[in-house]
Amino acid sequence: MSDALLKVRDLKIGARVYPPGEKPRDIDIVHGVSFDLEKGKVLGLIGESGAGKSTIGLATMAYGRGGVEITGGEVWVNGREILGTSLKDLRKLRGTEVTYVSQSAAASFNPAKKIMEQVIEASIHASKFSKKDAEARAIDLFTRLGLPDPETIGDRYPHQVSGGQLQRCMTALALCPEPDLVVFDEPTTALDVTTQIDVLMAIKKAIRDTGVAALYITHDLAVVAQVSDEIMVLRMGDMVEHGTTDQIINAPKEEYTSDLVSVRSRKHEGKPPSDNPVLTIEHVTARYKGTNFDVLHDVSMELHAGQTLAVVGESGSGKSTTARVMTGLLPARDGQIVFEDRVLSADLKGRARDDLREIQMIYQMADVAMNPRQTVGTIIGRPLEFYFGMRGAEKHKRIDELLDDIEMGAEFKDRYPAELSGGQKQRVCIARALAAKPKIIICDEVTSALDPLVAEDILKLLHNLQKREQVAYLFITHDLATVRAIADSIAVMYQGRVVRYGTKAEVLSPPFDDYTDLLLSSVPEMRLGWLEEVVEHRKMESAGN
Amino acid sequence: MPLLLKLLVQRIALGLLLLLTVSGLIFWGTNILPGDVAQSILGQSATPEALANIREELGLNEPALSRYFDWLGGLVQGDLGTALTSGQDIAASLGSRLKNTLFLAFWAAVVAVPLAIFLGLLAVRYRERWPDKLISAVTLASISVPEFLIGYILMYFVGVKLGWAPTVSMIHDGMSLGQKLSSIALPVAVLTMVVLAHMMRMTRAAILNVMQSAYIETAELKGLTSFQVIARHALPNSIAPIVNVVMLNLAYLVVGVVVVEVVFTYPGMGQYLVDHVSKRDVPVVQACGLIFAAVYIGLNMVADIVSILANPRLRHPK
Repeated sequence: MSDALLKVRDLKIGARVYPPGEKPRDIDIVHGVSFDLEKGKVLGLIGESGAGKSTIGLATMAYGRGGVEITGGEVWVNGREILGTSLKDLRKLRGTEVTYVSQSAAASFNPAKKIMEQVIEASIHASKFSKKDAEARAIDLFTRLGLPDPETIGDRYPHQVSGGQLQRCMTALALCPEPDLVVFDEPTTALDVTTQIDVLMAIKKAIRDTGVAALYITHDLAVVAQVSDEIMVLRMGDMVEHGTTDQIINAPKEEYTSDLVSVRSRKHEGKPPSDNPVLTIEHVTARYKGTNFDVLHDVSMELHAGQTLAVVGESGSGKSTTARVMTGLLPARDGQIVFEDRVLSADLKGRARDDLREIQMIYQMADVAMNPRQTVGTIIGRPLEFYFGMRGAEKHKRIDELLDDIEMGAEFKDRYPAELSGGQKQRVCIARALAAKPKIIICDEVTSALDPLVAEDILKLLHNLQKREQVAYLFITHDLATVRAIADSIAVMYQGRVVRYGTKAEVLSPPFDDYTDLLLSSVPEMRLGWLEEVVEHRKMESAGN
Repeated sequence: MPLLLKLLVQRIALGLLLLLTVSGLIFWGTNILPGDVAQSILGQSATPEALANIREELGLNEPALSRYFDWLGGLVQGDLGTALTSGQDIAASLGSRLKNTLFLAFWAAVVAVPLAIFLGLLAVRYRERWPDKLISAVTLASISVPEFLIGYILMYFVGVKLGWAPTVSMIHDGMSLGQKLSSIALPVAVLTMVVLAHMMRMTRAAILNVMQSAYIETAELKGLTSFQVIARHALPNSIAPIVNVVMLNLAYLVVGVVVVEVVFTYPGMGQYLVDHVSKRDVPVVQACGLIFAAVYIGLNMVADIVSILANPRLRHPK
């Protein structure tokens, strides 16, 4: 134990918050967490948002984000206690002994500088390598991480490479100065599932090759199970459970851990489609204004009352664009949208108010989909006024009913969005959509920004509301676990086309087309060795071809 | 880089169009001024015949539109016309004045721009602490005091009491650069104080805005010092708003020096303009107005072009 690379003892972290209209007060984010990490080992930190994962990760560099402050405890790196050292000594540690890979490489690379310059900056600043050696090392890392054109990719600017490539560049940035410890903070969360698998494998290989120790922070237990030796489960700043990966996945001791493990096991029996769909999209082709290429090609699908059509695919596949065409926000160039046997105007402006009412939307970011200066009551009341002309007592009674429907209660009526949790905000957005009594609700990645357990509750709520109101959902998501949990039919989209369409049973049963196969096999499974199996399997397949 | 080229061409074309519009406005504006040029040349005792003669001679009886196009045609060929009062060629007498004004503006910019950006960086480095507050207070105070007052205060203390610099800034071609610089020391100081606050505060605001970005955290976690983070990672991404304000202030240095030139009796455009406005010498006023407008539009165009070029997404498309 004494030769551990990283020793964290009773780490306490707090922050000062400034609630509107109140005096600033101090809150605790992490209450006394301890752990050790030996050389070359990987520890996964897992938990929901607000669990303190990132905060602990950054504390190993004695760094507090924003107003975050480390209030107590000890952090030992390479036998030195770092919380008490001067900023000058910390600068020697940061970027060379301990490095950091953030969730969004796209935001973490300086857009005004070339990639190479940023990758080698820390090594040169610390005089660890000469410019020439650092560049050679970076190119070596680019090669190991499987980046295309490793010799020249460093000469590009961050916006000139894809998200998955940039995330690997960020890993190269972290590994370039030969650190002893790398903190990976949700490095694959922002990536598509098909890209995630490559980045995950690249990171795992790089960790193994360089013998570096790592803290791997994520909310996705299936992902962390692939890369870490040990897992620590955190909840609201406290350690829940700490054990080997095998023990946490296969024999969790704590109830909270088993909840996390089992969250993906929700099953939903798909219903067969009815004879007359409530809405059909027929051979729709669309392009954005001012561009000269189509983003949707001949897209067709059907929505049935009381059923859910899941639209899956990676970012840029045309999922949200399909929704925009449905609502008329983006008029289709070709093809038509038929609602209950009549053709809807392609353009939003040509639709009657009652047609608008029938199709409502719920967005991924509940935060920005609500006016922060309006109360929950005003937000939900607006469609009641707009579509039904409700006023006064009648409106308030209906608002109360809707708040009951989303299991929140009338006491939330006077709250502002900022006073709600992420899950509650999304519930309010659901109530706002329901208030219009639509036949169709478009759910655009509504659970992607939520923690798994909260997302699970939202899915349950949506499901119950559907049973009662017989509303049809168009459920846009990139998460196949969510699809399994809610869909009756599935449309798989790729590069603006529907590549596979049918009932859930049809779409998810072999034989698969190439893209669906890739998509399905890329979803991390919660068992050890899954990553290697998939990669091995793909290698053999490509060798066979 | 077709997109980049297209943007640049568009911006330059827009600048020229704007200049044309402004020339029309200047012409129209000077024509509706009260008073009669002929009367002001010949004085109150002039006979009606003499007035009619001189109007005919100056072409004042022609329709406004044809006079405008005559004037515009001359401009394009570099002919600004002749001054009514002295009969001299405007382009010739304006040339040396403009040179002097640009000389003063140039040296004021050489002092003010780097100083403003450096103070802005310093204010960010020590934000919300005393250096930041001191810089803000001093620069705001200096912009709040009218420039003629600063001029006279400096003249009295630095010029008269301490005798460090001349109080009258006369320059002519026979002087060496050193003599010229020493002669304009005080007006440069005044102009610097006037434009400093605006540029400094914009630099501070633009960089603070960028300091919230994730890549600043990346830079901090690389172990760079605060000043390195600001200068290497924040500044390159705040170029566009800073250049905009810098150019606005450079334009002010050329266009807005009228008061300072008069205070220090500096032989620049400002004095020339003021003289001829009082004599109601319309062609000179029009020429000065157009040159000021061209400077303004030109510098703002440069600011926009720099902003476009500073964007790596436009400079290096995918």
